[in-house]
Amino acid sequence: MVRRIERDRKRFDDIVRGKIKEDLKRHITRGEMIGKQGKEIVSIPVPQIELPRFRYGSKEQGGVGQGPGDVGTPLGGGPGEGSGAGSEPGRHIREVEVSIAEMTQMIGEALELPRIRPKGAESLSAVRGRYTGIRRIGPETLRSFKRTYREALRRQISTGSYDPRRPLVVPVREDMRYRSWKDEPVPVANAVVFYLMDVSGSMGNEQKEIVRIESFWIDNWIRAHYDGVQSRYIVHDAAAREVDRETFFSTRESGGTKISSAYELASEIAEREYPASDWNLYVFHFSDGDNLGTGDNERCYQLLRERLLPAANLFGYGQVESRSGTGAFYGALERHITAENLILSQIRDRDSILGSIKDFLGKGK
Amino acid sequence: MPQPLSTQLSALQEEVEAHARDYGLDFFETIYEVLDWEEINEVAAYGGYPARYPHWRFGMEYIELSRSYAYGLSKIYEMVINNDPTYAYLLAANHYVDQKLVMAHVCGHGDFFKHNFMFSGTNRKMLDEMANHASRVRRYMERHGIEAVEGLLDRCLSLDNLIDYSALHSLRAPAAPGTGQTEEEEGSREPKRMRAKGYMDSFINPPAAMEAERARKERVRKEEERFPARPERDVMLFLQEHAPLRNWERDVLGMMREEAYYFAPQGRTKIANEGWASFWHSRMMTERLLHPSEVIDYADHHSGTMATSPGRLNPSKVGIELWRDIEERWDKGRHGADWEACDDYAVKRTWDTGAMKGREKIFEVRRHYNDVTFIDEFLTADFVRRHGLFTYEFDRRTNQYVIADRDFLAVKEKLLFMLTNFGQPTIEVADGNFLNRGELLLVHRFEGVPLKLDQALETLEHVQSVWKRPVNLETFVDDEPVALQYDGTTHWTQTATADRS
Repeated sequence: MVRRIERDRKRFDDIVRGKIKEDLKRHITRGEMIGKQGKEIVSIPVPQIELPRFRYGSKEQGGVGQGPGDVGTPLGGGPGEGSGAGSEPGRHIREVEVSIAEMTQMIGEALELPRIRPKGAESLSAVRGRYTGIRRIGPETLRSFKRTYREALRRQISTGSYDPRRPLVVPVREDMRYRSWKDEPVPVANAVVFYLMDVSGSMGNEQKEIVRIESFWIDNWIRAHYDGVQSRYIVHDAAAREVDRETFFSTRESGGTKISSAYELASEIAEREYPASDWNLYVFHFSDGDNLGTGDNERCYQLLRERLLPAANLFGYGQVESRSGTGAFYGALERHITAENLILSQIRDRDSILGSIKDFLGKGK
Repeated sequence: MPQPLSTQLSALQEEVEAHARDYGLDFFETIYEVLDWEEINEVAAYGGYPARYPHWRFGMEYIELSRSYAYGLSKIYEMVINNDPTYAYLLAANHYVDQKLVMAHVCGHGDFFKHNFMFSGTNRKMLDEMANHASRVRRYMERHGIEAVEGLLDRCLSLDNLIDYSALHSLRAPAAPGTGQTEEEEGSREPKRMRAKGYMDSFINPPAAMEAERARKERVRKEEERFPARPERDVMLFLQEHAPLRNWERDVLGMMREEAYYFAPQGRTKIANEGWASFWHSRMMTERLLHPSEVIDYADHHSGTMATSPGRLNPSKVGIELWRDIEERWDKGRHGADWEACDDYAVKRTWDTGAMKGREKIFEVRRHYNDVTFIDEFLTADFVRRHGLFTYEFDRRTNQYVIADRDFLAVKEKLLFMLTNFGQPTIEVADGNFLNRGELLLVHRFEGVPLKLDQALETLEHVQSVWKRPVNLETFVDDEPVALQYDGTTHWTQTATADRS
């Protein structure tokens, strides 16, 4: 039997999802939402989910509180909406918490993205322990101090050996409590995503922000299909180097552009660490399309044909429009290489991010 | 599914209730149901009733409760509903001592529900009535579609604070459609003359009296032209009677109004009721029920429910302390003219007439007071000082709430303002045929605190979709009188000029 509340809950979820989807473009392009790495929940302001009423604004109203402090002392943390006594029960949601995974799912639904079909080995998993509870036996290193003393205090009061004037609490063997753990499987990665970005002078902050947002959602979509995913980041101007995630999104270099340097580095790392037989390899390259010259373009074609395209599930090239870039590389690739797993996409501005994600992931690679 | 009460808990219930009766508490038969945390969250999301009409906000509430339970932020220990028999719920995973505490607490609530005057008009078979509402709403959903009914529920719920809080114990039934409120015959503006022969006429129908009668009729007629004759605070009732609704829509609006009236007394007695229940669980546990091994858990739990934080007044805490204060004051005779006149602190501190009227007094107070009168009469300067109450306000410069005042009168005034009319703005229907165009005119009785404007505009849209013709709300924005109008497509704002007092 479906519990009655499940239906109401589903109804609420549908309403929230509907509201978010209505304005998906705006929500996913909010850069600050994806600011913190490792944060799994995002708060999305959903308009009109709260039932409106004729009511006083709480800021205007003020209220009555209790505690120490002189006049003028800040309360620290806002008072509850409606502030206590006499206000009506129940809280009001202005922000709805949605997990990134759910958000990614919504993007998938909105863009009608097909599921990715992984190749290669089944996913592997390892085992890791997690503290979940309390038990009566265990090693001294895991003793829970608070729970142990609480038990001891309890025993002493009930046996009458507790003296409030001399509050001495001595735990005995039976009072000891220890933290306990459960084994949980952790997936082992079998997919790797390379993010390559042009950081030459012509790539401005807005261009990088677009790359950051787009790669964030691409990353999450791929992650939703594999149990574990590794990411590698490479930046290049005239030369390429591998960097960590933070640096990837903040570096700003100047000078010329030699795209082949990045392709070369990516090929080397991939061949060394991620043999194509065992790994699902994804490469995304973002640039404004200005390359050093036709000579280097030739070098790029060669690297793509011989090393990257044969190994990768998908190679995506995203060209971000910039004021100074010529954007010639896009056309060059289009003319010189035809491969099923090479996808080209042009990103004019923030509003084109969704369309570009669709370009890259619309084939279910 | 609820489990039957175990033998151990049944025995406990008997024991607790025997003590409660011994203290003088009196309540309806109480039925306990033991639920696991998912079930208790579900029941809590439904406001305590196992059967409610389908609505997304219950789902929203459930998600909130479950999440805050999962994070360990809150746990529902106790829930009790005003019904005969009274229903109360126990969390299966609770310690025995917690169940004991909950039962003692529930006895307090049960007694308050049964005897406080605010609840005298509430439907004591509300559990059945709610289930009844649920099946009616479900039937309408099958017939008219979920969206249509849900949309109407949303609109009704956003208006459900527009009821007459001063008439809680006499729920008015809507007038049957077609019955006019006028007894006067249509058309006759002339006073009724008694038949008289010509020469007697000026005696039987004296001209002065006839003139007075004519004037009276004219006055009545003028009054009746105003619609409603007097400003109507029960906006929901007015809409139910006069908005162009289909029968099922009228029925849904009526049900939501009935539920709003049923719940309103609980909101108006939070401090007194929670305080009363806490007062009694504390008294019963510490004097009679606690086993020494349970003291730690009890103290931990009790102090948890009494916790205060600067920005939030805990109604249980304020309530329990007020009840204790009243009991002590009447036990020691610390009230009346002599007490008030005395300004010697040393004398006051040891004042004890040995009156021992405390118990009698608190039982009398729990019968005749709601939060407003309770605070008005029993909050003392001494109490405010001892418990560190203050008023706070929003400081726009620093963008945070700051303590504004610790003065007794300021605290009392603020508290009373928050409690009056349920902390809700008073909004009345002033004219149901505004400008003679069938528009609705609502007037906000301004008391110095403006409405939340964005919500007010949205709510106005909801009123309009019930009333169908344009609706107007006179209120104050930035201390200026304004009229907000919504005609179904556009919002208009104009400076209000007409003085409507």
